[in-house]
Amino acid sequence: MAHVLVFTEFANGQLKKGSLELLSAARKSGLKIQALALGTGAKGLADALGKEGVDEAIVGDNAAFDKYNPELFTEVVAGILSGKKPEVVLASSTMLARDLFPRVAARIGTGVTSDCTEIEISSSGDVKARRPMYAGKCTAEVAFENSPSKIVLMRPNQLTITPATAAKSPTVEEVSAPAKDLKTLVKEIVKGTSGKLDLTEANIIVAGGRGMKEPGNFKMLEDLADVLGATVGASRAVVDAGWVPHTMQVGQTGKTVAPTLYIAAGISGAIQHLAGMSGSKVIVAINKDANAPIFQKATYGIVGDAFEIVPLLTEEFKKLLHH
Amino acid sequence: MKIYVCIKQVPDTETKIKLKADNGGIDPTGVKWVMNPYDEFAVEEALKLKEGGKATSVTVITLGPKARVVEALRTALAMGADDAVVVDAPEDLDPSATAKALAGAIKAEGGDFKFVLTGKLAIDDNAASVSQMLAEYLQAPHATVVSKLEAGDTNATIERETEGGTREVLQLTLPAVIAANKGLNMPRYASLPGIMKAKKKPVKELTLEAVGASAADIRVKFKNYQLPPEKPAVKMISGDSAAQAQTLAKLLREEAKVI
Ligand SMILES: Cc1cc2nc3c(=O)[nH]c(=O)nc-3n(C[C@H](O)[C@H](O)[C@H](O)COP(=O)(O)OP(=O)(O)OC[C@H]3O[C@@H](n4cnc5c(N)ncnc54)[C@H](O)[C@@H]3O)c2cc1C
Repeated sequence: MAHVLVFTEFANGQLKKGSLELLSAARKSGLKIQALALGTGAKGLADALGKEGVDEAIVGDNAAFDKYNPELFTEVVAGILSGKKPEVVLASSTMLARDLFPRVAARIGTGVTSDCTEIEISSSGDVKARRPMYAGKCTAEVAFENSPSKIVLMRPNQLTITPATAAKSPTVEEVSAPAKDLKTLVKEIVKGTSGKLDLTEANIIVAGGRGMKEPGNFKMLEDLADVLGATVGASRAVVDAGWVPHTMQVGQTGKTVAPTLYIAAGISGAIQHLAGMSGSKVIVAINKDANAPIFQKATYGIVGDAFEIVPLLTEEFKKLLHH
Repeated sequence: MKIYVCIKQVPDTETKIKLKADNGGIDPTGVKWVMNPYDEFAVEEALKLKEGGKATSVTVITLGPKARVVEALRTALAMGADDAVVVDAPEDLDPSATAKALAGAIKAEGGDFKFVLTGKLAIDDNAASVSQMLAEYLQAPHATVVSKLEAGDTNATIERETEGGTREVLQLTLPAVIAANKGLNMPRYASLPGIMKAKKKPVKELTLEAVGASAADIRVKFKNYQLPPEKPAVKMISGDSAAQAQTLAKLLREEAKVI
């Protein structure tokens, strides 16, 4: 029987939202589901995976997998895919997966596509996926050829999470870290200071541009983000000016994001900025210039001064959310 | 030791995208082509490594319809690369076939290298795959999204930024394949003398067969292109600031249901 293998990611013993989305899509296909989890605590996920309808859990409960080493992960994941031969492999289009799966695909001679926003998996394991091209100026359907395992990386926040109808008790298979001389050493991982979700995973983003006038004013956006459980983003103008780090940049040469809500304050809406966020479900633009191009992409627009509107909005949301 | 830089020609970011009548791809008429912005960081880094005595020469390679893509090579040569190779290939090769062809071209040029540099992704299809696949075909370690590179004789230390501002430091045994991110350096502009000199620098032409790749290496095809659905017109919220904030909060909660 055809089967689909889901590459799951987890933190603090919980499957990430993106992984739950993938598992929902996998269940919809009616295919047998294998789930792979790597890192300390992976074995403890077996129950959670069972609740998600997983038939077979493949776990590497090993500290060697806590730090992403491209070479080690390629070895392990390519090994598993060669053995299990799933018709379809699903992963979230995270930085880890985007680094890993192209190399895995080359090793096992199969196709991979990243950043997909739509997917349908047939009961025979055929895949129909769609992804943005040319920075979201158009989309295209992905057709696999000569691919024994079709590897599809899905953008987070695109698929609906559906509750699993029947829990399963998955078989658990353990994988170990191969002892091998590696040409890649992970020397150091310095965790980002923010405990917030990464922009690419965030459900709500509050972004600021040059209209915020000076770096100190980003505090206003952080306050709003805190109330909404959002992550703060920025335009390139303020990144180049050194107000905020490049990791916060949204756009063609920054991150591509697709949250359910994107609030842009003091951002003009240059085409390169739009390229990174026009896939957002709802866009709010706050700009004092009624002719700013951002309004052409916005769902809701406010012509006004961000310094007045943003704090007022923070207060409104506080009222709404604390009732 | 040599450095190879693999670059791609892509539509300029300002280019308006139109689709072909059969929706099989974009209509190339009127498209302004440029070197992929991330590849400029790769070219710059290669030149810096050579200037710092870490490499002997810089060869740029590209792949695609040769009459068009050779322009991207000229840009890199004008920045200071020593020579160039173009693999003449149809428009629609996927990352798998592209990586196989580029690896073949590097092997055809002698195969010895210290670094192969690429951009972290090309802004046309945004696949971010060729660099890692190339590393696989060349049996070398790789690192992507690299914002800092320190080259030693036998190994290199790189920094990459990942989710949530996390910084990873990797040490790779050379030779290695590196995909450059913004922040790695400030790409230089081609000077006028550079542009003049570039005209005389050698550009070797190779066929797809000569580098051991073919359409049979394609694993992924794109079809049935669509323009994004028209967004409904923006709803402008009027009133004084307090009223605007209140209305917006209400609309987000009750109409859009996103809060
Ligand atoms: C190759 C290339 C790649 C690029 N990549 C990116 C990218 O990845 N991301 C990106 O963002 N840009 C990118 N850019 C830059 C882009 O073209 C714009 O320059 C940039 O997005 C502008 O940033 P901004 O909107 O913050 O600033 P501006 O364009 O200066 O806009 C500031 C806005 O703030 C408004 N404003 C001023 N005061 C207030 C106030 N008190 N209240 C409310 N509004 C106010 C103004 O009306 C104006 O609309 C790229 C450019 C190139 C050429």
